[in-house]
Amino acid sequence: MTCELTQTVLHGYLDGELDAARAADFERHLISCGACVAALETHESLRSSLLHARLYERAPKALRQKIQAQLGPPGRSSVVPVRNAVPWRWLAIAATVLVAVSIGWLAVSLLNGSRGEYAMASAIVDAHLRSLQPGHLEDVQSTDQHTVKPWFDGKLDFAPPVHDFANQKFPLQGGRLDVVRGRTVAVLVYARRKHLINVFIWPTTEPDSEPHSGSQLGYHWIDWRKGGMEMYAVSDVAPDDLTELQQLLAQ
Amino acid sequence: MSDGVEGKALDVLDSQDRARFEQLVLPHLDAAFNLSRWLLHGRADAEDVAQEATLRALRFFRGFHGGDARAWLLQIVRNTCYTWLEKNRYVNSSTEFDEELHPQPSVSPETLAIAGDNRERLTRALEELPVRFREVLILRELEGCSYKEIATITSVPIGTVMSALARARQRLQRVLTQPAAHQKEEAGRDL
Repeated sequence: MTCELTQTVLHGYLDGELDAARAADFERHLISCGACVAALETHESLRSSLLHARLYERAPKALRQKIQAQLGPPGRSSVVPVRNAVPWRWLAIAATVLVAVSIGWLAVSLLNGSRGEYAMASAIVDAHLRSLQPGHLEDVQSTDQHTVKPWFDGKLDFAPPVHDFANQKFPLQGGRLDVVRGRTVAVLVYARRKHLINVFIWPTTEPDSEPHSGSQLGYHWIDWRKGGMEMYAVSDVAPDDLTELQQLLAQ
Repeated sequence: MSDGVEGKALDVLDSQDRARFEQLVLPHLDAAFNLSRWLLHGRADAEDVAQEATLRALRFFRGFHGGDARAWLLQIVRNTCYTWLEKNRYVNSSTEFDEELHPQPSVSPETLAIAGDNRERLTRALEELPVRFREVLILRELEGCSYKEIATITSVPIGTVMSALARARQRLQRVLTQPAAHQKEEAGRDL
């Protein structure tokens, strides 16, 4: 049993690339076409295998360092090779943060008296970048909130709220401990399509706050407080996606 | 590439451009490396080519007038990979889209799930695919690119992306469910 559509429209449907009318047409076609139903299941199975095999390979640290070295510290015209790579790299990133975030942004944050917040955002973006290095992302790797939540027990003096949002297309990937500005925090890792989102959580005595967002080095972050917890979500996903996750987490 | 050439390239960018490059392009370094890793034949080569491509992007950065920075960078990465492949005689134009177009009965999801439940096997199957098939699969399934982005990156009309993916997926299924001769030999040796 074959059908021409398994070679064409079925893939547009699978990839969410059909407009509403064509998608509806194809869904009507599926009711009467066994070949397309079977092919769709097979392709979905293949997609899920590809997704779960962790085939994505992130840039090695050395590559990042080499490029940063070629780029040189901002504001210099000559290319300075970086020798002591590790400390220099963070200096370079710190310097980059200063330039990348425009003076206007800085002025606004200073006017708001939020110098500490600016430093905190830098620390969070740094921690996010660190986590993307191979082997640094998760200490407990699980999509099951009932595995991730107990993992934090005894490792922290607070219990972070752990929820999986797979149904909302933010599947939980795992969790880890991290240190941000000297304090141990819980981190939950979520995925959005191929992007990773780190959510940093620690207790606070400050009152609840509205979400507050910004971006550094091309990474977006949202910060808010709710129910005695401060949370920072950071990622390279679109700001709208990050806001969507923030709303789920703040529920 | 000599330091002199890079030096010149960088001299034309002022610090503001460089900061913009770091902000817009560098976050996609993982994507650049992942694509070169899957298009080339080893992590070391992939690292070299991803580096070359990123520095080339830096040189061309004046010509980037906003828009999708990831697609723009990946287009440069892909071109750099193809140049490398041609230089190292890996690309054979006859392995491009010459797949038969007639539909084939599909493999059952169960069979495929079993075959696909193995990272090594999936990796090997992907690596066996002709590069033109591999690139659309990597861009779509690993990188999550839209058809429009895939069309930009691979320089094909958007209308052909869907059929390219159809053929690539069919081919991958076939490689996965029909073990190559060497896999059978390996199994034989194990016995």
